[in-house]
Amino acid sequence: MSQELLMYLSVAILLLPLIGFVKVIFFGKRLPRQGDWLETLAISVALLLSLLVLYQKLTLYHAETLSLNFTWIDFHDVPGIGPLKIILGFSIDNLAAIMLVVVTLISTLVHFFSIGYMQGDVRYSRYFAFLGIFSFSMLMIVLANNLFLLYVGWELVGLSSYLLIGHWYEKKSASDAGMKAFITNRIGDVGFFVGIMILFGTFHTFGLTEIFEQVKAGNLPFGSEWWLTAAGVLIFCGAIGKSAQFPLHVWLPDAMEGPTPVSALIHAATMVAAGVYLVARTFPLMTADALMVITYIGATTAFISATIAVAQNDIKKVLAYSTISQLGYMVMGLGVGAYSAGFFHLVTHAMFKAGLFLGSGSVIHAMHHALHHQHDHHTDPQDIRNMGGLKAKMPVTFWTFLIFTLAISGVPLTSGFLSKDSILAGTLAFGNLTGHILIPIVGFFVAGLTAFYMFRIVILTFLGEHKSPERFSLIHESPKVMTVPLMILAALSFFFFYSMNPLDGAEGWISQATQRPETVVPASVAAASTEVFEEAHHHAHYTAMFLSLAVAGLGILIAFATYHWKKISADKVAENFSGLHKFLLNKWYFDELYGVIAIGASLRLTEILKWFDNTIIDGIVNGSGWITKVTSAISGWFDNWVIDGAVNAVAYISGFFGIALKKTQTGKVQTYVALAVFGVMVFYFAMRLL
Amino acid sequence: MEFSILGVGALTWVTFLPVVGMIIVLMIPKEQRNAIKWSSLAFVGLQLIVAFALVMKFDKGLAGINTQEGMQFVEKATWIDIKSVAWFGRIHIEYLLGVDGLSITMVLLTALISFVAVISSWTIDKSLKGYFALLLLLDTGMMGVFVSLDFFLFYVFWEVMLLPMYFLIGIWGGPRREYAAIKFFLYTLFGSVLMLLVMIALYFSVNVYIDANGVMYSVTEAMQRGTEGLEKIYTFNMLQMMNPGNFVPDSLLAGLDTSWRYLAFVGLFIGFAIKIPSFPFHTWLPDAHVEAPTPISVILAGVLLKLGTYGIMRISIPIFPDAMIHYAWWIALLGVISMVYGALVAMAQTDFKKLIAYSSISHMGVVTLGMASMNTQGMTGAVFQMFNHGTITAMLFLIVGVIYDRAHTRGLNEFGGLMNKMPKYAAIMSIAFFAALGLPGLSGFISEAFSLLGAFQTFRTLTIIGAITIVFTAGYMLWTLQRVFLGTLPEKWKDLTDMDGREMVMLVPLAVIIIFLGIYPSPVLDLMNTSLNHLAELLHTAQGAVMMGAR
Repeated sequence: MSQELLMYLSVAILLLPLIGFVKVIFFGKRLPRQGDWLETLAISVALLLSLLVLYQKLTLYHAETLSLNFTWIDFHDVPGIGPLKIILGFSIDNLAAIMLVVVTLISTLVHFFSIGYMQGDVRYSRYFAFLGIFSFSMLMIVLANNLFLLYVGWELVGLSSYLLIGHWYEKKSASDAGMKAFITNRIGDVGFFVGIMILFGTFHTFGLTEIFEQVKAGNLPFGSEWWLTAAGVLIFCGAIGKSAQFPLHVWLPDAMEGPTPVSALIHAATMVAAGVYLVARTFPLMTADALMVITYIGATTAFISATIAVAQNDIKKVLAYSTISQLGYMVMGLGVGAYSAGFFHLVTHAMFKAGLFLGSGSVIHAMHHALHHQHDHHTDPQDIRNMGGLKAKMPVTFWTFLIFTLAISGVPLTSGFLSKDSILAGTLAFGNLTGHILIPIVGFFVAGLTAFYMFRIVILTFLGEHKSPERFSLIHESPKVMTVPLMILAALSFFFFYSMNPLDGAEGWISQATQRPETVVPASVAAASTEVFEEAHHHAHYTAMFLSLAVAGLGILIAFATYHWKKISADKVAENFSGLHKFLLNKWYFDELYGVIAIGASLRLTEILKWFDNTIIDGIVNGSGWITKVTSAISGWFDNWVIDGAVNAVAYISGFFGIALKKTQTGKVQTYVALAVFGVMVFYFAMRLL
Repeated sequence: MEFSILGVGALTWVTFLPVVGMIIVLMIPKEQRNAIKWSSLAFVGLQLIVAFALVMKFDKGLAGINTQEGMQFVEKATWIDIKSVAWFGRIHIEYLLGVDGLSITMVLLTALISFVAVISSWTIDKSLKGYFALLLLLDTGMMGVFVSLDFFLFYVFWEVMLLPMYFLIGIWGGPRREYAAIKFFLYTLFGSVLMLLVMIALYFSVNVYIDANGVMYSVTEAMQRGTEGLEKIYTFNMLQMMNPGNFVPDSLLAGLDTSWRYLAFVGLFIGFAIKIPSFPFHTWLPDAHVEAPTPISVILAGVLLKLGTYGIMRISIPIFPDAMIHYAWWIALLGVISMVYGALVAMAQTDFKKLIAYSSISHMGVVTLGMASMNTQGMTGAVFQMFNHGTITAMLFLIVGVIYDRAHTRGLNEFGGLMNKMPKYAAIMSIAFFAALGLPGLSGFISEAFSLLGAFQTFRTLTIIGAITIVFTAGYMLWTLQRVFLGTLPEKWKDLTDMDGREMVMLVPLAVIIIFLGIYPSPVLDLMNTSLNHLAELLHTAQGAVMMGAR
């Protein structure tokens, strides 16, 4: 198949869910079955095409990058720059081809699962339409070969996430969670955008390949390595938001307000992994300092969220924190330079974490229906303390859930073992090379914790006795449309899909297809070169494997000892460490902290500014108006009483004399003669006296 | 390029069609309410068609800005010619119209928004005849400002616009309409006075030569041709004012980087900044919006605010490029303050309309910032943002009108759960709100992105601060959506009806434009591209000249 044809197929893959979206959002209610089949068909075809594209890409064009570009905006001859065109486009390299399959596969399975899970929902067709817009925007991120389209897809997945988290928007907590997700993501996106501005400001292109070439040629943003590091870290800010990394991880647990299949698709397998994908895409641009920031953020995230997961009782919350923790792993993996390991973990994690969420969805679905039958609206269907013994009633859900749990815990023969081991070996190599010994320590500690808390939910949910026998009798296994996707994902959680050697993921086809790209940054600020790192990575492999087996085994053992054999009392432990327990239960008080500093302070600021606007600025305006009015009133008074007063006074005085004297004007000749004689006499005597 | 219909230039048509409509409306007896409405609609409809024809015939390769040859559809006639006035000399004022890439988009926007505003005026009840007459006069005033190339004519149209607006707010407005109308009037009049002073100062600083037929020659052209048969006069011609060679040596505004030029620039800037409105000259806007009836808010936000930024790009920058370069940082600062401050104050509002008003201040701050970048990307972003803000904010105010017509309140906290009750309304409002918060795929994103991208090349720190606004914008927009649509429906709103056909007719086309330009902005960007490259080049050259002068 020719390269052009493969690119057109990729664009078709991109557009199929969008077409589905447009049809379903406008005509969904009028279509038979509210159009669920249309969206599901669209994404299924996209999956088949993706498989074809992946196969062709890996067999025919293994080392090439296929592209399809178009001029989007032409600025013509720009002063100071010269001809400037905004060229956008799509590319398929091995990373993108694998990602295409991952996204469409999980999306297809989730579509089918949703047909069962969302049955009878009030906004059934809207739900499927939004799944379509999500798939479209996620595929846009995957296929984009430039920062602009990446950012577009980036924001659009945020939109679909917002819409789907708030699917049941009558609940205040759901609409709050949607807002929280969108706004928290936007904080990261500001950083991402500033990073784009730095790169575009220097290179006048959004194309990643072009940017890499420029940097490789020695052109640095604003001529300094500092700005290059800044650009890398700022782009990573986008990943901090989207992949729920510390300190912006707080939105993801709340996002569990959305329907569970959405949690599986968006908030576990694909969208949250977009941050990891972004780092992988921009990896050549990252300086050693930027990678160090990425490593520490990833490690911190993995650690914090794993500790929180231990104390949570809501099954979806545990899985949410476990997702954050695993994303931290991937980010840390990329940060230390274990590029293919980080990406490999993204792929394997997508399968088993989607499975875990869908499995929990199956459990919640069953619990919900049982509670509904009992007219019990107080018991929380998601609280693992209300479950237990479900193995007997829901065998498919149990066995698949167990496989996923083994995979996430890193037990041999599973996919998770391969990828996790590879990351851990990477951290060990990194520790050896740079002396940052804390990173591998965190890595192994979190591996142990993961095994512990995951088995905790398996035991509390599926083993032991159910808390209420009456409810237990009402619980049923989910329908085929929900269990078949679980079985497919369970199969995909075994090693053989990824590597023929069950002990070494690095030999697998995914790792081989996604080799670490060469860095383009100047050697003085670059991290350890690929050869040096691969050497160390290889050396660390067996150490890491035994260590990770040991910590995972220990975690599982403690989980059984505590929750199944009851050798250790969880309540006692919680009591003895009540401060710590409370701290973990309350998620390190991040929400409270942000509630006070971020939300409280900014709301306060808005109030202050509102007051400032109304009182000060408008006060000045109204004040000058008032002063003008008073001045005019005074002028008016002055005009009326002083100036006009003077005029009037003159008039009055003359009037007075006029009136006084007019008495003499009688018109009688006798009077005039008498007055004249009198006057002459006065004059005469006056002269005489003088 | 010439374009005339029935022997009259197309720009004259597009400007004066509403006045013709006004005369006809005034002749219709006031009982014939439908005739008044439909004939108003017919005239703005014709205006829209002419505006569209202009866009179709527009040559994208011509720059315009400071050359008359680059201007299109130019119409020129002697308007006022007084042979000899003591001290003033011969006063010769031209009726000079023309458009370039900067104004053609605004012509289209004005026609479009006026059309929508007339449809939205259907529910006006009080003295219909006077209302439509004033609305049409206002339309002519706005259009005239965008097509005039003579400063005097520009000023006349600018003032023509003021009076109908005053009455439209003062008579058809809400409870505090008189306060709002006076505030609007005085604020803008204050700006006009400054503009008038600068205009007169410019008049006495610029001279050109004119022959017996009224053909104008710049000083350089006249020198080449020889000055016999030519008369030296002062002029209001903007294009001549943009030619540094025309300044009378030793006149007030001659030279480069003089205090008088700076002062004139600042005066002019304040005059325009009041219209934008830029912090700290913005407080007339929220009051005017809250009191104005919906269609007037739509025109105010959709077109009137653009006059400020348009004026700066049309007049201030080409005439005073040196001062622009000198004050660019301060202008960008005002832009950034408006962005952040507007967004934060918007967040604190509980009145729906006031919230949108403050969001306008924030969004126009983006235009100011993009404009101050002085490069093509930033200025393209700015002009495109002017267009997009026009369509998006028009939608937002129409949306407020829709709910106000039904509920008779704008209190955001009184609503909730309307999504289920009014699904069409919810869909339209979501598009408008997401466009306003800069979601990719909708037009607002592209213009904001390019404004910021361009500005970043000139002012790094300021732009980063400005970029933070996108978080606040998302905050108040989503919060508003939540307060209106999500949650449960209060008992008192259970009888609300969804949008009717008329409301769809005005909102759906705007939504389509927003989505289309969000995906494929080139049709509009191509219109302005050559002109903005030319304007950036002009600033570039001026920068060189300033540097030479400094040495």
